[in-house]
Amino acid sequence: MAHRETVGRTLAVAFGVCLVCSLLVSTAAVSLRPRQTRNRELDQKRNILVAAGLLTPGADVESVFRARIRPRLVDLETGEYVTGMDPASFDQRRAARDPAASDPIPAAADLASIKRRPRHAAVYLVERDGRIGQVILPIYGLGLWSTMYGFVALDAADLNTVRGLVFYEHGETPGLGGEVDNPNWRALWPGKKVFGPDRQVRLEVVKGTVDPSRPGSEHQVDGLSGATLTSRGVERMLHYWLGQSGFGKYLDKARDRGV
Amino acid sequence: MADKPRDVLLGPIFHNNPIALQVLGICSALAVTSKLETTVTMCVAVTFVTAVANAAVSLVRHHLPSSIRLIVQMTIIAALVIVVDQVLKAYAFGISRQLSVFVGLIITNCIVLGRAEGFAMHHGVWLSFLDGIGNGLGYSVVLLAVGIVRELFGSGKLFGVTVLPLAGDGGWYVPNGLLLLPPSAFFLIGLLIWALRTWRREQVEKEA
Repeated sequence: MAHRETVGRTLAVAFGVCLVCSLLVSTAAVSLRPRQTRNRELDQKRNILVAAGLLTPGADVESVFRARIRPRLVDLETGEYVTGMDPASFDQRRAARDPAASDPIPAAADLASIKRRPRHAAVYLVERDGRIGQVILPIYGLGLWSTMYGFVALDAADLNTVRGLVFYEHGETPGLGGEVDNPNWRALWPGKKVFGPDRQVRLEVVKGTVDPSRPGSEHQVDGLSGATLTSRGVERMLHYWLGQSGFGKYLDKARDRGV
Repeated sequence: MADKPRDVLLGPIFHNNPIALQVLGICSALAVTSKLETTVTMCVAVTFVTAVANAAVSLVRHHLPSSIRLIVQMTIIAALVIVVDQVLKAYAFGISRQLSVFVGLIITNCIVLGRAEGFAMHHGVWLSFLDGIGNGLGYSVVLLAVGIVRELFGSGKLFGVTVLPLAGDGGWYVPNGLLLLPPSAFFLIGLLIWALRTWRREQVEKEA
């Protein structure tokens, strides 16, 4: 038994076990990656369809997406569409980390607490009978614990009316902040107006229940009970992404000359 | 009795159940049992990890210096759990999203390390493998029982198929929302342990 306990032996066993385990893990990770990427892309498309209200049970996500959704890439600084880059292969999260493809956000302006803003963003135009009905914008920002990723769909006719809101990835407390993906809460969003007459973002997530008879209620949505900070995170990220430092310039241009 | 393959495999199901008798692995039993779909996935994952980790630890048990014994066991378990997680992400994306961190948390499931250290270190590869399967099944029996009660009475469904039509959708059954919350699994496991120990008196702990 004594020969097992020498330093050399201990190191050899530790090294051997690590080698075998790392081979196992990396083989699994590398060989399964293409499938996982495909799943993630499909999930992304599914969520875009959910935001657009196009996902009917049993529908084939790929074919509906191909038929109805036109992905475009937008330069957030100028608000113009970018040509020559493929929106399908654009990875916003990678761009947000890449110093060459993103800019730091001054702390005072960083409503969504995301630190860097990618220069480009993919937007998804929803087509119906040859006309654009909705514009879907990707949004993300800090909730209580985690960065929440989602989409907001705006009506293309006025670029003001919310048609849908969905969060597809977050790490908020299940049952409290995690209710951001609850369909009942999401159903409160369609019909709300983003901008006031002065073109400022007016959307507000209020504590308790919105009183529909009060003026301004068209901008207000019920907060999530027990999740003040998550609710505030949703409000702040909408203010950031729909404001001038987010998609504001794009929305202004699109309003002037059509989507 | 412990060394007959049949007993090793079947003993942990009722006689020496890891959840009901040893009260291990409770955390995931609370977290993933609100729906049967996730419950079954979790059961398969834990059974696989326990069995393969047991076999692997048993295979290297004569070469393990005792000073790094636990670390090596943990490394093996962690590697297997990552593999399971990767496979789920590739082949069962929706379920892996619902299970979220709880797949990763199999690493800290006391049943897995408990069997590796308590059984596989002293037994052959085949017996250790069976012991892992057996304990996985013991874990699964309890999880499935809890999962069936929670999904059936909490949302009127089994495997997502409506069994009791909900009052909200025009049926007659008013679901018990408590069953969808984690604490309900505590109550159910408590009742289960009570029932099992009434049936099998010898599992009752002696008064201190």
